[in-house]
Amino acid sequence: MRYDTIIIGAGLSGLAAGIRLAMFDKKVCIVEKHTELGGLNSFYVRKNRTFDVGLHAMTNFTAKGVRSSPLGKLLKQLRFSHDDFRLCQQEMSEIRFPEKSLCFTNEFEFMRQEVAEQFPDQIDGFNKLVEKVLAFDELNLDDGERLLSQPVLESFINDPVLIDMLFCPLMYYGNAREGDMDFYQFVIMFKSIFIEGFSKPEGGMHYILNLMAEKFKDLGGELKMGSGVKTINASKETVASVTLENEVELATEAVLSSMGYVETLNRCQPELAEAGTCETGQVSFMESLFVVDKEPRDLGYDRSIVFFSTQSRFDYKVPNDLIDISSGVLCCSNNFKYPKPLEEGLIRLTNLASFGEWDRLARKDYIAAKKEWRGRALEQLFTFFPDFSENVVFLDSFTPKTIKKYTGHINGAVYGSPEKVKNGKTPVKNLYICGTDQGFLGIIGATLSGISMANLHLLQ
Amino acid sequence: MTIEDVRQIILNILADIAPDEDISSIDDNTKLRDQIDLDSMDFLDIVMELRKRFNIEVPEKDYEHLATMAGCVSYLTPLLKDRPLAS
Repeated sequence: MRYDTIIIGAGLSGLAAGIRLAMFDKKVCIVEKHTELGGLNSFYVRKNRTFDVGLHAMTNFTAKGVRSSPLGKLLKQLRFSHDDFRLCQQEMSEIRFPEKSLCFTNEFEFMRQEVAEQFPDQIDGFNKLVEKVLAFDELNLDDGERLLSQPVLESFINDPVLIDMLFCPLMYYGNAREGDMDFYQFVIMFKSIFIEGFSKPEGGMHYILNLMAEKFKDLGGELKMGSGVKTINASKETVASVTLENEVELATEAVLSSMGYVETLNRCQPELAEAGTCETGQVSFMESLFVVDKEPRDLGYDRSIVFFSTQSRFDYKVPNDLIDISSGVLCCSNNFKYPKPLEEGLIRLTNLASFGEWDRLARKDYIAAKKEWRGRALEQLFTFFPDFSENVVFLDSFTPKTIKKYTGHINGAVYGSPEKVKNGKTPVKNLYICGTDQGFLGIIGATLSGISMANLHLLQ
Repeated sequence: MTIEDVRQIILNILADIAPDEDISSIDDNTKLRDQIDLDSMDFLDIVMELRKRFNIEVPEKDYEHLATMAGCVSYLTPLLKDRPLAS
């Protein structure tokens, strides 16, 4: 038995690629190290509650019938109907800084109006920036010259607070680079969050993942869970097989890996000279989940998602401490337009975190630090938002170390390496990458990454 | 296969590729992409479905023949006319 393609990772990119290949009768097997689907966008169960991990919401919401949008393309390529995803739109989200607040919905004109009201002297520049964003071809797979966002934004907007406020959600939801952002990534995120918008699938992330896994299996694809890859056997720069951690060797014509670019090269046998020379990602997060005994709106939390900074300037970088409590993301799953209300209130708080600082703690200190820093993050939050600590009935936190453990991504780097490999190629000729290091971001982006890499390299 | 059969085959493929589209009112002489919003990725799917279902290879230079329903039918009928109606 020889596969046409082995896909490493049953996250969104791997599942999407698998569906495309199985749809056209390729012999394809997805191998996944974890026992659950999803990779960086997964879920876990504690005390009979299922929690999503990874993104708080799906970006790129467009209505049924819009076919040229990323979501529309994804649905067509995977042959799902819009209704299959059961998407429930956000109510309203907010970017909250000490002196300013900008609200946004899935109608972009609402946000434009907010900017006009909050920053009347900047609206002309903002409108010109929007024109540039809309005209930009962010999906071009050629690596052009690097263009960073800060200088571009400064050429349109001269209030640094507005620039930081625009960066805050876009960086939190997809930036692998500290301090600035590649402009094409800024465009992807601007379109996906501000122009299109947020939704959540009814039933959460595991609903979407199961839908995709079932489709893959129905099309004849094979899925091996709990099957980590030990080596990618690539002598003479050509992959012939993959050896799993249980020593089973699977022969294949090609490999598509979603485990990360460096992570993939590190698995190649014999070793590749390039493996040690690539930049790895550093950006990761700590996240705490609070189940509360009321609807969050009754506790003063009526937004779907709030991106906040408690200081007037926002700094997106790996903190020197375990976490950075001065900014963060608050998500209330309840504040999406579900057909019926969720059973319990849920508030999620996300802060930038340092993998290195968490990783060097001994087990006992690690557990104490989670509690301590969760407390500090809440204390800072409550200087800015209503106190809900009396209403918490269950809480749990995870750190960059947890993310590394379950996804295998170096440093728990949620958005992978700042250096993206847009064409998906590696030094090994029939080994390709997809997913976070290929450069399309977010849930929809990851899925399109799997689709486009399968189309480009494995279906022609 | 008759011309009508070939037309139905294309409709079946389009229905699979674009499950949310209404394909019942397709005009044979208007470009498909102007009626049901097909992009280059979708044309690739039509080509691959033809390969999968009928083992027909459409070279890239011939893609232009697939732009309209009438074009598809006149291009594919000679290739399919001796085939029995596929299951």
